[in-house]
Amino acid sequence: MQIDLKTINIKPLRQTFDHLAARFGDKPASRYQEGTYDLQQTYLFHYRPTWDPDREVFDERRTALRMRDWYELKDPRQFYYGTYTITRAKQQDTADGAFEFAVDGGLIEALPKAARSLVLEVLLPIRHLEWGANMNNTFISAYGYGTAIEAACMYAAMDRLGIAQQVTRIGLAVGGEEALTVAKDAWLAGAQWQPMRKLVEDTFVLKDWFELFVAQNLVLDALVYEFLYTHVDALAAASGSSFFGLVTKFMKDWHLETSRWVDAVVKAAVVESAENKALVSGWVSKHSAPSVAAVEALAGPVFGTGATAVVDALQRKLAGRLTMVGV
Amino acid sequence: MSSVFIAFQATEESRPIVEAILADNPSAVTVENPGMVKINAESSLTIKRRSVEERLGRRFDLQEIHLHLITISGHLDEDDEQLTLAWKN
Repeated sequence: MQIDLKTINIKPLRQTFDHLAARFGDKPASRYQEGTYDLQQTYLFHYRPTWDPDREVFDERRTALRMRDWYELKDPRQFYYGTYTITRAKQQDTADGAFEFAVDGGLIEALPKAARSLVLEVLLPIRHLEWGANMNNTFISAYGYGTAIEAACMYAAMDRLGIAQQVTRIGLAVGGEEALTVAKDAWLAGAQWQPMRKLVEDTFVLKDWFELFVAQNLVLDALVYEFLYTHVDALAAASGSSFFGLVTKFMKDWHLETSRWVDAVVKAAVVESAENKALVSGWVSKHSAPSVAAVEALAGPVFGTGATAVVDALQRKLAGRLTMVGV
Repeated sequence: MSSVFIAFQATEESRPIVEAILADNPSAVTVENPGMVKINAESSLTIKRRSVEERLGRRFDLQEIHLHLITISGHLDEDDEQLTLAWKN
């Protein structure tokens, strides 16, 4: 008996959801598109929130920025829950491996005094700044508009919590529990930390979520991350120990990856209209000066006479990024 | 002129690769089969790492295509940046 295998090609009636077909045409959509576009409710709301009775639960007027389509603020990394968690899980494994290598390899015991004080006095108090960044990104996620920015900011918020924990873990390994108390006291009372603490606390009361996005994710992060994970990192490495670079590699990689998203979002907002460009430029200049001053206050005790050169380098780097995104 | 082809499993992951090939190779045409996408092209066909990365939104190692690859036809010339199929005779 002979059996003929025949294939029947069944054409699906539709390739994707109607709202995605309207945007991209009737072709198979990516998971990112399915998990992002037009998910946030835009009409037929229930009663208005009691805490803001003039506006809907999701309302475009919570920022001065105007977009015809809020989904232009999309994420070039195409993170949805699946890709985000898979990517971070892999990075966590790598970071854990590096951390264990550093601890088991005796790098902590062999840590030179200079590098040790960089970890305890410069890196460890940053856990409070990271927690602030977590708060701010959660705020943007809550009051923003459009799933594209809301979801990505929630991921960023979780990242910052993770980084705060990673910093804490490094501090615990190097200085034990009392190091955390000392670092918190430095954050609360240390003279070099006060401009930074004021800055972080000031961002907590910003009401315009896109202004907060610019202040936190663009201006402050660009300066702080470059300062810590390039300049302080180089200083720690110069003392002869690879510990600092090894245990903070995740933060360095994370910032490179996340900058791509932040730049894409700001760029999309700026090219939308001249009004947006003026708004964003205004926010950048409003938040640049205090951010630079805050980092300068940190750089002083660390780099001494070289501090000015470091701060200049940071500012040049930020200026380069701003030109690239069109601000 | 002789033609080359490459076939992938029709999956979510192979879609950006197929899109990149179609964008980079003007002569490329797809033939959709159940569970398989075959791409035919005149004389040569190139997969560029950067084009795939643009569509994928992450780093891409060209060797990852083997997770989705069914078959190819043509002489293979590959490095880290690109993979080209052509008849060089």
